[in-house]
Amino acid sequence: MTATTQTLTNISGWGNYPTQDAQVITPLSLSAYQTQLAQHPSIIARGMGRSYGDSANAPIVLQTTYCDHFIAFDKATGLLTVEAGVLLRDILKITVKQGWFLPVTPGTSFVTVGGAIASDVHGKNHHIAGTFGQHVVSITMLLGTGEVVTTSPTELPDLFHATCGGMGLTGVILSATIQLIPIQSAFIAQKTIKADCIEAACEAFETNSSGTYSVAWIDCLATGKHLGRSVLMLGEHAESGRLDLTVKDPITVPIHTPAALLNSMTMRAFNNAYWVKASGDKTQTVPLLPYFYPLDAIGGWNKLYGKAGFLQYQFVLPKVDGVANMRNILTQIAQSGQGSFLAVLKQFGQANQNLLSFPIEGYTLALDFKMSQSTIDLLHRLDDMVAGMGGRVYLTKDAVMLEVSFKTMYSNWEQFEAVRQKYGAIEKFASAQSKRLGLA
Amino acid sequence: MKKILIIGATSAIAEHCARIWAGRGDALYLVARNEERLKTIAADLKVRGAAETDTYWTDLNYMDHHAALLDAAEAAMGGIDTVLIAHGTLSNQNACEECVEETLAEIKTNALSTISLLTLIANRFESKESGTIAVISSVAGDRGRASNYVYGSAKAMITAFTSGMRQRLHKSNVTVITIKPGFIDTPMTAAFKKGLLWAKPTKVADKIVRAIDAKKNEVYVPAFWWAVMVIIKTVPVAVFKKLML
Ligand SMILES: Cc1cc2nc3c(=O)[nH]c(=O)nc-3n(C[C@H](O)[C@H](O)[C@H](O)COP(=O)(O)OP(=O)(O)OC[C@H]3O[C@@H](n4cnc5c(N)ncnc54)[C@H](O)[C@@H]3O)c2cc1C
Ligand SMILES: NC(=O)c1ccc[n+]([C@@H]2O[C@H](COP(=O)([O-])OP(=O)(O)OC[C@H]3O[C@@H](n4cnc5c(N)ncnc54)[C@H](OP(=O)(O)O)[C@@H]3O)[C@@H](O)[C@H]2O)c1
Repeated sequence: MTATTQTLTNISGWGNYPTQDAQVITPLSLSAYQTQLAQHPSIIARGMGRSYGDSANAPIVLQTTYCDHFIAFDKATGLLTVEAGVLLRDILKITVKQGWFLPVTPGTSFVTVGGAIASDVHGKNHHIAGTFGQHVVSITMLLGTGEVVTTSPTELPDLFHATCGGMGLTGVILSATIQLIPIQSAFIAQKTIKADCIEAACEAFETNSSGTYSVAWIDCLATGKHLGRSVLMLGEHAESGRLDLTVKDPITVPIHTPAALLNSMTMRAFNNAYWVKASGDKTQTVPLLPYFYPLDAIGGWNKLYGKAGFLQYQFVLPKVDGVANMRNILTQIAQSGQGSFLAVLKQFGQANQNLLSFPIEGYTLALDFKMSQSTIDLLHRLDDMVAGMGGRVYLTKDAVMLEVSFKTMYSNWEQFEAVRQKYGAIEKFASAQSKRLGLA
Repeated sequence: MKKILIIGATSAIAEHCARIWAGRGDALYLVARNEERLKTIAADLKVRGAAETDTYWTDLNYMDHHAALLDAAEAAMGGIDTVLIAHGTLSNQNACEECVEETLAEIKTNALSTISLLTLIANRFESKESGTIAVISSVAGDRGRASNYVYGSAKAMITAFTSGMRQRLHKSNVTVITIKPGFIDTPMTAAFKKGLLWAKPTKVADKIVRAIDAKKNEVYVPAFWWAVMVIIKTVPVAVFKKLML
């Protein structure tokens, strides 16, 4: 047996919107991807489906579940080679005890290496370390032509810079080599700072920009003087403490809960409680997993939004006028009354060379919205504002952006299409998202 | 460090057991018929911490290779403490009904090849008076059902065979464990619609490894299948034959 095919399955991203009936094919070995690709006119690669919208949705998906093998790890240099289906969580289980950590990690460990590269994900250390792709030494991938090639910043660099952040549209990532970073301890020294408005929060990021990790929880429901009040969490790898990782399986939310549970009253209560509970200027030592992945403790928390699902919206605004522009957008959101349970504010460092990579230097905000037509309308209004401010929306979170907004925000899109053309990706690799955004 | 022989090492369930053992630093000897996957899994287990991983590439239906593969495993690891037998195919019941060869081929893969291995291993472990033999049977072997009685009867043979072997080897200090999984989400069952009764192979592997540590006799995984099968076995034949299961 080389691959398995499920009967038609209803798939979706983490936001449970939109959904799509798909044939899910799970190749059992890397060579089986070639066989499968030859048999289908168009596919998209899929990892854990932790992208929020429709970037891993298509009528036929090649899911990397069973290609989750470690290929090599050099514990002297921290160079790790894995198949694309390996989860960041599994990497940590093996490397942390040997003193190595991920150079960049998103807010959940339940993502695949293939997904992390395709979305060129960022972490709380973007201002220092850049994106995941900037630590990828090389990628082995399957092209639309059926050829398997190795690409790196020096080998087929155009393909490399289109693939990191390329949302699966250049080919299927089969395996990758990543440079890990050394750590002395499986703990993080965390410092909490309270900032009582957006200006104070951005200033606090600035003051602490030499620190390794920083992120803020922002209360989107606060208005007026307190608009954008935040709790900043700064972190440094501790220098002492054990190197072992305590990994607990998540407790799971078994079923879709009625979305009414998450109404604005409960959200306001939650945000208030969070604000009050956070004590300013306190330093504590916390283990790696709860520090980086607080939400991973609850499996399937996305079901809390009910069957209709939810939309996550993450945008970045350029640093110039960034604070004033952020205030404008926060005011829009606060006025809409459709605030978010989880809003995360972060400062980004410089952009990289990857054609569709999201981060640019400035401030980024991520929020959740319960799925509804009025949310879609609101997001379209926000898209216009963000585009007008020279900012952009994160493709791995997007489910509703219009083609025109995408093409304004990601001005490299034509170059991206040219690289796809050159490597035989046009039409062969397509997702519901790429079709919506007008990519061939 | 344990010396563990895994037969059918490309099985998703077996692979997850192997990952747990690799994490403990055990030595693993892997047998399967897909060479590419066998090599990939061996390299993976090495990174995950296995003391050593050697491989043997064979189709287990070539029963005349069985003695040689056991010799090779013993030579590579310097003996064998534990064996897990996991290979199998989910028979196409309709195809079997149409064709005698198909039926016999399924019985061969799911019963006879395992019986051959068990016979050889039992004698080796009996004479050294130690060892653990774990075999993956199935809840499907507890009672034949119209929808998959070819597979079910092959598994029933494994269950009965290991039950007898357990009695025989008890006095020689050899443990025989019959593992009866329910519905597990693996490549074997990819075509099925999954629901609440389904378990992940990681969970099952965890249970299997613990059953081996604890020298259990017979385990249903997940455990609730024991109750389900008690009920299914209690239904009177006169009623059972009218059910569509
Ligand atoms: C709770 C939570 C927190 C998050 N926090 C962050 C964060 O802090 N920073 C951040 O940047 N992101 C964050 N994300 C987003 C997440 O990191 C990305 O969406 C990531 O790409 C998901 O990986 P996946 O394996 O689930 O990929 P999927 O969702 O399955 O796929 C995402 C994209 O990657 C492509 N892809 C997947 N595998 C391959 C492959 N083998 N070859 C080619 N293309 C492939 C798909 O085609 C698709 O376009 C978060 C998500 C969640 C749910
Ligand atoms: N999944 C379930 O719901 C379930 C339930 C009850 C019992 N079981 C039993 O659990 C065991 C493991 O199955 P699984 O769920 O892990 O499925 P799986 O991943 O499909 O594993 C079955 C393995 O057996 C191998 N195999 C089959 N015939 C072989 C042969 N003649 N020689 C060598 N290898 C052979 C297959 O190799 P190829 O890939 O090369 O064909 C495959 O790797 C099986 O005995 C199965 O009957 C499974």
